[in-house]
Amino acid sequence: MIETENLTRKFGDLTAVDDLTLRVDDGEVFGFLGPNGAGKTTTIRMLACLISKTSGSAKVGDYEIGNRADEPKIRRNIGLVPDNVGLYEELTAYKNLDFYGRYYKVDKTKRRERIEYFLKLLGLWEKRDVAAGTFSKGMKQKLAIARALIHDPQILFMDEPTANLDPEASKTVRDFILELKREKKTIFLNTHNLDEAQRICDRIAILNTKLMALGTPAELERSISGRKTVVQLESVNDAILSAARRVGTGNVEPVEGNKLMIGVDNPETDNPDILSAIFAAGGRIQFVTEASSTLEDVYLKLVRSQ
Amino acid sequence: MIETDLRSAWSVAAKDLEIFKRRKGVLYATMVAPFGVALGFPAVLVAIESVAGAGTISASAAPFLNAFSFWYVILAASLPAGIASYTVVGEKIQKSLEPLLATPMTDGEILLGKIIASFVPPIAAIWASSAVFMALIDLVTRAGLGYLYYPNWSFGVSLLVLVPLASMLSIELTVILSARANDVRSVQQSTGVMVFPFFIIYLMTEIGVIQLTTINLLIMSGIFLLVDLLLFYLSTATFKREEILTRWK
Repeated sequence: MIETENLTRKFGDLTAVDDLTLRVDDGEVFGFLGPNGAGKTTTIRMLACLISKTSGSAKVGDYEIGNRADEPKIRRNIGLVPDNVGLYEELTAYKNLDFYGRYYKVDKTKRRERIEYFLKLLGLWEKRDVAAGTFSKGMKQKLAIARALIHDPQILFMDEPTANLDPEASKTVRDFILELKREKKTIFLNTHNLDEAQRICDRIAILNTKLMALGTPAELERSISGRKTVVQLESVNDAILSAARRVGTGNVEPVEGNKLMIGVDNPETDNPDILSAIFAAGGRIQFVTEASSTLEDVYLKLVRSQ
Repeated sequence: MIETDLRSAWSVAAKDLEIFKRRKGVLYATMVAPFGVALGFPAVLVAIESVAGAGTISASAAPFLNAFSFWYVILAASLPAGIASYTVVGEKIQKSLEPLLATPMTDGEILLGKIIASFVPPIAAIWASSAVFMALIDLVTRAGLGYLYYPNWSFGVSLLVLVPLASMLSIELTVILSARANDVRSVQQSTGVMVFPFFIIYLMTEIGVIQLTTINLLIMSGIFLLVDLLLFYLSTATFKREEILTRWK
């Protein structure tokens, strides 16, 4: 579990993270979205005890960041995949993992088992004796993820893990994240990729120095415009518009192509009434769908509003 | 005082040494100069004897032999900087410091690992080549001097005290300069300046202004130790996670 309360980090006059309060539950894939300079990496670095906080508090697992005695325990309990993979390019894939196993004091037998497990799982076993510098970006990213997991941490921080990867490599990484979710790992995922966040995250926070929004992808999509039903008609006239306005929220917008965008509080109970009213007013209904904002709409609206 | 666990520090050093095994150029560069001195100076003496006649090297040559041996201190002040710049700036360039800093190791353990990795290859090369140097010098000068010039106390102090202290000085200065550098060469050039004071000492011994007696070498060692302690304090203040991630260029 990760919990922050009014977490703030300033660099001189610049506030990189401002009053961040959030909670990430065990086993959750938590997406952290925001533009460049929004404070995402700074947040991860604070939570990984790499840099200090200016004010506020945060707990990672049972330990408090900023507490000198707790910080090594936090680092032992987390894995970090930074935005730059930072592998030892001259060393083989195996050696890269082996040295990190030693840094985390994983005993020799366990280290060997885990290296073999991850390299096989990620399709790198055949390349174990090849220098990491010769690997493709996707292979390097996979190796960096294995490195972050070599000591079996409960919490994994990932900073833009699919940035600059081709679609196939991105999918491999995403699938691996979902595999980790099945293993009940808590994953804190910094990303620019809205589609990726929507696909794999249980909840998403949108950050632009301050926390702008927090919720499940579906909650966020509904958050800016409420729920709407789109009714496609053969034709629209005033009688149909008046009839539609008498039900639901009363908010009806005619849109291009004989469509009505009708605001609803509860689609399950409002939609039958709306359709009956339109039908009674002589409307010939072709299609009925639910309209919602996309995550991209929400993201852009929130980020631009600041 | 920094908290350190030698096993963790050794893990960091072992990784750097493993990388040097693959970057053979760095290791060769570390060995060429010490063995060059070990073979070069005896060769000069052989050349002198071949021109002036066998047994020319007499007791009057002793100060020059001492001055020659000071080259090992000069090498100790220059060679580790080359390696230290690879271990610190090299990691900075490869962006591999952040995952390393995310491990439970303390700043002190990581720094100690870097110091060990930068210290071991040049010291090993200097000590190995100095054994060759002593054997060859004795071979060449025994007839003229009538006794074995090496080993002696002053060279012992140079090799066992002054050389390690000069190496530490070089490594610590490199760590401090690495915070401001983005490429290995610029650090090496900056630390290269550090060799000049040592070179001046060498020239002063050659012209007889300073005698490299055991006492003088011990006084010099004391001064190096003080400078080392100051630089150690500064390098540990520089090599901190927060500093590296937020202030290093």
